[in-house]
Amino acid sequence: MTEVSTSSTSTSHGSTSTSGIHDIKEVSRRFPESEHGHLEDLRDDPIDLLHRVRAECGDIGRFRLADRDVVLVTGAEANEVFFRAPDEILDQAAAYPFMTPIFGKGVVFDTTPEQRSEALKNQALKGEMMRGHASTIENEINQMVAGWGEEGEIDLLDFFAELTIYTTSACLIGMPFRSELDGRFAEYYHELERGTDALAYVDPYMEGVESFRIRDAARLKLVDLVQAIIDKRHVRGKVAREYRDLLDVLISLKNEDGTDHFTADQITGMFISMMFAGHHTSSGTAAWTLIELLRHPEAMADIVAELDDLYADGSEVSFQALRSIPQLEAALKETLRLHPPLILLLRVAQEDYEIGGHLLPAGTMVGASPRVSNRIAEDFPNPDAFDPSRYIDPNQADLQNRWTWIPFGAGKHRCVGNAFAMMQLKAIFSVILRDYTFEMTQPSESYADDTSKMVIQLASPAKVRYRRRAR
Amino acid sequence: MKVSADLELCQGHQMCQFEAPDVFGLSGDEDKVVLLDANPPEDLRAQVTQAVKYCPAMALSLED
Repeated sequence: MTEVSTSSTSTSHGSTSTSGIHDIKEVSRRFPESEHGHLEDLRDDPIDLLHRVRAECGDIGRFRLADRDVVLVTGAEANEVFFRAPDEILDQAAAYPFMTPIFGKGVVFDTTPEQRSEALKNQALKGEMMRGHASTIENEINQMVAGWGEEGEIDLLDFFAELTIYTTSACLIGMPFRSELDGRFAEYYHELERGTDALAYVDPYMEGVESFRIRDAARLKLVDLVQAIIDKRHVRGKVAREYRDLLDVLISLKNEDGTDHFTADQITGMFISMMFAGHHTSSGTAAWTLIELLRHPEAMADIVAELDDLYADGSEVSFQALRSIPQLEAALKETLRLHPPLILLLRVAQEDYEIGGHLLPAGTMVGASPRVSNRIAEDFPNPDAFDPSRYIDPNQADLQNRWTWIPFGAGKHRCVGNAFAMMQLKAIFSVILRDYTFEMTQPSESYADDTSKMVIQLASPAKVRYRRRAR
Repeated sequence: MKVSADLELCQGHQMCQFEAPDVFGLSGDEDKVVLLDANPPEDLRAQVTQAVKYCPAMALSLED
């Protein structure tokens, strides 16, 4: 499906004079000796770096990443220009070099990112598919808590990372594939996500980087797991259409000479890339929502009461998760505002590009920051406070700030999975808050993100205690 | 009540048709929303509000 832009391309922004990229203020450095510009700032404390760009430079600022300029925009006006730019001008593909070794070299998807998201959405993320997904997810959560017993302790990172491996694989690839997976797949997948050090902007295969070595070993182990599943499918032989999943389709494709069209390595790469956007993002948001609710018992009490009321008639989670659950949705949105899973969205200018009166040469990286824009005080008063009432009618802090409330990005690339993600989160909390109460087992402020990699994850330990509710 | 849709942002999720079928349709060629009624009657306000709120692309707006 080709995308047709209906409006005129507005790369210029009504400025009278145009200045060059070096007129954009460069943010200060905490590691002035680094030979790669702000790379060490980004690796050491990316949140501090991104906030500092806005504080020191305003709506349009600049930092250096290896041998490139990154122009960082924040605020509604600049964000809208950024998010509305067509792919031919601001391209995503080249902006994330740390993903290449994870998806695998060579042909993973012989399509543009645009076509990929179209295909994905059409097959699996359309509204009409959601009912089936909701019921799949409810089953997966029930299975995860089946062995919990009366009380115990879980690590939020491990628990939600494993759960979301099962839900994303079941919904996007199919139940037969999902049923072949166990905790090992989640473990290796997590090692891939840990292999996203910003050093990849210098060289994604740099020698001597431990997390890269673990990443590459983990990918091989995932290929082995997928190969073993493929071997089992060959032994089993063909099955009726209704029992087939995406893996069956991919291994049935042959070249003219009768050999397999895709290797296990390529299929693994496709599955990794399909699951990537929905995995660490949903997993982290689930964990942070629980942490925020434990930090704010009054919000937790409101949601537990809301859910008890909703499910009093014995209705199904898979039914209600597709419908409005206002207090829970507000808490999820507020968690996403404060803890967006992606803190920096990047593009590469494909041609000379003008933004905010500055002409950027082709090859410049341009970025927007959900983490910074989501906390702009003019749009979100008392921006660091967890306040779900921002979204309780008639308040609609998300809709009123479409270009700064951007945990899912914005514009034409706004996360196509966001309705799926919200449904999944509503299903998760419907099940776990209906049956269990939770408490922190470590100091509140010790729950934190590990921001040392481009894929941000909860820092360990992040344990909570659960206890089955009296009924 | 005035409704508008930003076609540059619409991703064709079709959630709005589920929420307010008298107001939103789909253009088959482009897989984009079509406004069946840009000035819907007041009794559809609740439906339209839901459609705007749950649009996964944030492509819909409700004015006054």
